Amino acid sequence: MSYPGTLIWFAHHESRLAWRDWLAMMTAGGRWRTRSVAIVCIIVLAAMHLLALSMVGRFAGVIEPDRTALVVITGCALLAWSLMVSQALESVTRGFYTRSDLDLILSSPVAARKVFAVRMATMALSITAMALLLAAPFINVLSIGGGARWLAAYGAVVAIGAVAAAVALTLTVALFRAIGPLRTRLVAQILAAVIGAAFIIGLQVVAIVSADTTPTGAALSRYAVLGTDAVLALAPDVDSIVWWPARAILGHVGALAIFLGVSLAVLAVAILMVARNFADHVIAASSLAQSAPQPIRVARAFRQASPKRMLRRKEWTLLRRDPWLISQTLMQLLYLLPPALLLWRSFGSGGEAATLIVPVLVMAAGQLAGGLAWLAISGEDAPDLVATAPVRAREIVAAKIEAVLGAIVFAFAPFVLALAFVSAWHALSAAIGVLTAAAAATAIQLWFRAQARRSHFRRRQTSSRVATVAEAFSSIAWAATAALAAAGSSLALIPGVFGLLVLAGTRRLSPRST
Amino acid sequence: MSPALSIRGLVKHFDRPAVDGLDLTVQKAEFYTLLGPNGAGKTTTLRMVAGLLRPDAGTIHIHGIDALKDPVAAKRCVAWISDEPMIYDKLNPLEYLEFVAGLWGIDAREAQARAHELIGWLGLGAQATQRCEGLSKGMRQKVALAGALVHDPSVIILDEPLTGLDAGSARQVKGVLRERVKNGGTVIMTTHILEVAERMADRIGVIAAGRLIAQGTLTELRDQAGRGAASLEDTFLALVAEQAAA
Repeated sequence: MSYPGTLIWFAHHESRLAWRDWLAMMTAGGRWRTRSVAIVCIIVLAAMHLLALSMVGRFAGVIEPDRTALVVITGCALLAWSLMVSQALESVTRGFYTRSDLDLILSSPVAARKVFAVRMATMALSITAMALLLAAPFINVLSIGGGARWLAAYGAVVAIGAVAAAVALTLTVALFRAIGPLRTRLVAQILAAVIGAAFIIGLQVVAIVSADTTPTGAALSRYAVLGTDAVLALAPDVDSIVWWPARAILGHVGALAIFLGVSLAVLAVAILMVARNFADHVIAASSLAQSAPQPIRVARAFRQASPKRMLRRKEWTLLRRDPWLISQTLMQLLYLLPPALLLWRSFGSGGEAATLIVPVLVMAAGQLAGGLAWLAISGEDAPDLVATAPVRAREIVAAKIEAVLGAIVFAFAPFVLALAFVSAWHALSAAIGVLTAAAAATAIQLWFRAQARRSHFRRRQTSSRVATVAEAFSSIAWAATAALAAAGSSLALIPGVFGLLVLAGTRRLSPRST
Repeated sequence: MSPALSIRGLVKHFDRPAVDGLDLTVQKAEFYTLLGPNGAGKTTTLRMVAGLLRPDAGTIHIHGIDALKDPVAAKRCVAWISDEPMIYDKLNPLEYLEFVAGLWGIDAREAQARAHELIGWLGLGAQATQRCEGLSKGMRQKVALAGALVHDPSVIILDEPLTGLDAGSARQVKGVLRERVKNGGTVIMTTHILEVAERMADRIGVIAAGRLIAQGTLTELRDQAGRGAASLEDTFLALVAEQAAA
């Protein structure tokens, strides 16, 4: 039993909140769904184990790794670490800017430093727990095939999570001190997006740039570059300290003990250092709403416009001023960087590279349109105002759809135009694919629309799993259709029909069909 | 001459009857306050009038326009304000007013003049070009009120508009509403602050269990409740208790 006000008591309180938060996110707040979610989780875990078996099963027997194995394992660990830092940055930023129980904590006769230290440890724990959950199938498969020593990888994942959380905490506080609470939110979100994508994109960019011949699909393989002679030549000897994390993953007890010990110590130091002033930072962030630090803009003349045009303009203004959306869009655009580079490298040679770019564009457009459509259709912050305006409901919906498609055209037109210089046919395929994928994602969001606060965008996937899955399948189908069409294959009809079936099925399952 | 609002046999069921055959008439240039205990059906009634909910049965006429058959025409002369001001955080008050005026199809120059007048009237001058995310609840409520007035509606419907406002802001809002009525507008408002109803309303309606159980001036309500010089609070509680006992 823990006594109120003690660290253990706070830890219990925080972990209970974190667990309920996670559960609510997984079940979209519905109690009756808990069992269904548990069943789905078991099925997903089983499928992940099968996937892991096919991917890493053959490495289970590795005992004394060579330099190539160490490079690849370290690369995977870096990838996991960058994703965890990205996730941790999001969590820490959310912790700073969410008011929730701040008043209660700060007005209670308890050292705020203690509470915030526990809260930060809980953040680190939840990030590590999620990473453990994702890594578990791979570690289990390796343990079954190669022995219990592989279980050490669980410890290595904990160590990676601890370092990621420590970096995120330190980085956020450093940003706070350097640029202030107002800019930190936006910059941290952008940083989270960039860090999350940077490692994968970096590998692809290096692969494309270092390719001697005309780059092909193989060059886009994320890990291909890790096994190249150039990288191996730069890598240190197998005895180097650099490989300790990789050795820890491989089950070397000494390396694991040191890696884990150092990582936890780094996290503890970060928490102790940050917790001291955390309350001040949180107060500064949460008082933003009261202090109105927005720059003063000069009032401009009102512009005459029809209600539809006003609605479109309003949507675009809100999208432009949404920091979270900016970071997400930036991430989407970052993923377009390797194909853009590929296009630039293959300029003049046409053909294969252009075909590779088409599905990337279409997929990105579908995903971005889904997010924008949710914001415009479900994330209406003044639903009563719009609903009481003397404008027909269909005109309102039409204006919102136009706003989404307009934004997509604005974002993707430069890429399609660039593609047109390489191949007009590929550009046409991409343009049709982008518009179809965007229209399909918008339609899905329209059928599953549910009134929500714009600020709940992060949790939009939980409001309807059907819509989320359908959106993904639809984007994949249209990306495949566009790619095959660009390649001149009549097989394009197959994913096209699949895309239509996805839409028809989704429409049937949607609440709007009843 | 048709009344500002005429409701006949209005019915709305959720899991239970929320509004149960309600009849209500509000005249032009009248300040009408709707009182009732929690869950009596006040907000549901007003949401149906504003076009936010579709009734199961009954009719709603606003200035003689059938709001169920021609909602767009009816909405043209109505403004709705809820207790939770729903405005766009990323727009500033002037941009918000421009947007509202655009939705109601108001001429841009006319809207701009009216917006500046309202901004000054409501004491929002210093915040006019700052994003709404930085405004306090009272200021947000004032922005919402300015939005409701910028298209010059003849009927203003307010659901608990004074919730969370400080004394100064509440007085300002009350002043603006009274001014509208003086200039020929109609205000229909729900409130739990009986003192506001007592001071401001020309007529008061009392709703309980989805039905209008009493209405009239304060004196008429006292007479109905059989309480000579009682306060509105005593009168209201007596009427509701009587209905509950029936």
